[in-house]
Amino acid sequence: MKRILTLALAILFCSQWLSAQDDLLSMLGEEKTTDYVTASFKTDRIINGHSIENTAPGVLDFKISHRFGPVRQSVYDFFGLDGATIRIGFDYGITNRLMVGIGRNSNEKIFDGFLKYRILRQSTGKRNMPVSLSYLIDGQIKTVKFSDSERDNKFSSRLFYTHQLLLARKFNNSLTLQLMPTLVHRNLVATPEDKNDVLAMGIGGRIKLTKRVAFNAEYYYVPDGQITTNFAQSLSVGVDIETGGHVFQLHFTNTNDMTYKGFITETQEDWFFKNDEDRLLSGIRFGFNISRVFTVKKPKGLE
Amino acid sequence: MKKIIFVFSALFLLAHAGQAQKFFTRDAKIKFSSETPMEKIEGLNKSGTCVLDAATGKMEWKVLIKGFLFEKALMQEHFNENYLESSVYPNAQYKGQITNLNEVKFNQDGKYNVKTSGKLTIHGVERDVNMEGTLKVSNGNLEVLSNFVIKPEDYKITIPSLVKDNIAKEIKVVVSAVLAPLKS
Repeated sequence: MKRILTLALAILFCSQWLSAQDDLLSMLGEEKTTDYVTASFKTDRIINGHSIENTAPGVLDFKISHRFGPVRQSVYDFFGLDGATIRIGFDYGITNRLMVGIGRNSNEKIFDGFLKYRILRQSTGKRNMPVSLSYLIDGQIKTVKFSDSERDNKFSSRLFYTHQLLLARKFNNSLTLQLMPTLVHRNLVATPEDKNDVLAMGIGGRIKLTKRVAFNAEYYYVPDGQITTNFAQSLSVGVDIETGGHVFQLHFTNTNDMTYKGFITETQEDWFFKNDEDRLLSGIRFGFNISRVFTVKKPKGLE
Repeated sequence: MKKIIFVFSALFLLAHAGQAQKFFTRDAKIKFSSETPMEKIEGLNKSGTCVLDAATGKMEWKVLIKGFLFEKALMQEHFNENYLESSVYPNAQYKGQITNLNEVKFNQDGKYNVKTSGKLTIHGVERDVNMEGTLKVSNGNLEVLSNFVIKPEDYKITIPSLVKDNIAKEIKVVVSAVLAPLKS
């Protein structure tokens, strides 16, 4: 009896002593948190279209973008760099999920404005979500003078709308892929055979090459039978270079338009195509976006 | 026989009492600042965890890297993405031992200078460090305050030459916390 008791107590005592050797922090228990995926892309555009990223709340993102003429132009036109279309824009983050933006394009003197809302955020931990999902609505107003002023021109003919879903997954630190089902509505089209509502599917992604440089690609596929005019699918590849407060996006693309209705429905030349004289030509153009962020409103909780 | 039981019971209770002498927090404040003529960068985390064992003088601190808040959202992203690589190394931690434990009376109000030595792990790099701080016992709680300096290069945090003038060689860190008794 005595022995058993001693033994039991000894074991108890030992177990007490042993437990004291455990990790101290484990005594608090594991607190499960939700870990949201961040930095799927360097900025909120892949190249022409939007990425899944939002501008952070209270942050203003000033963007200057250029698309140049075709590189096939000779040295006289400095490989297309003499002829540029320009977009100047401002993006602003309102909340964690909602951002807005406006812009002005030199091509067709288009003003554009958009609203982007984050519906789902990719996360692990307490809340597990395999993908991120955002909805984008973008409106464009063409303010260039009507080509035929004699015609009964309506204001509504100047308007274009784009609805887009952005579905993205960051697979690992380097690779992010994104799908963008898109609807472009055009109030006025060139011929009765042209569809007012053009459906397109975009696919984009990035591969991080180093901590500060990423390779991006973006392709928009428009199924046949929606556009009758001379038309090409838009394909763009480029690099994002991030330096402190700036992101430089340098790319090659076959479109000179940075509005949704422009690059999705009005791109004219493929990367490589044969002209009427059966000569092989290239529609590749150089372009860039520069993004500079300013913190307008300081976040709360820093005191 | 009775005596033996008594001794064991006493020891058992003592062991228990020893274990009750632990203190913890889940909302330790960890603030770091990098100051250069070019730029001032500050990060603040208000949810550091700590458990301190008064009986042995052992302490453990842990902080989630993603929990650091910055004034500029882009800095926060770069801090996680490029410098601390928080998706690979999610936490920083310190496992230390109070070396002048006999000078600290945990059951008596007062302020003590505390010396510790232990291992600090940041960015997956573990280093032996000695850190000092003050410990104030008041109303059964421990108020802890510590200032120290870390060098990014010691923890293999590489700073590109382009921004080397914007980030200090020595980062000042301030840890402040109120530890409450841990009831187990």
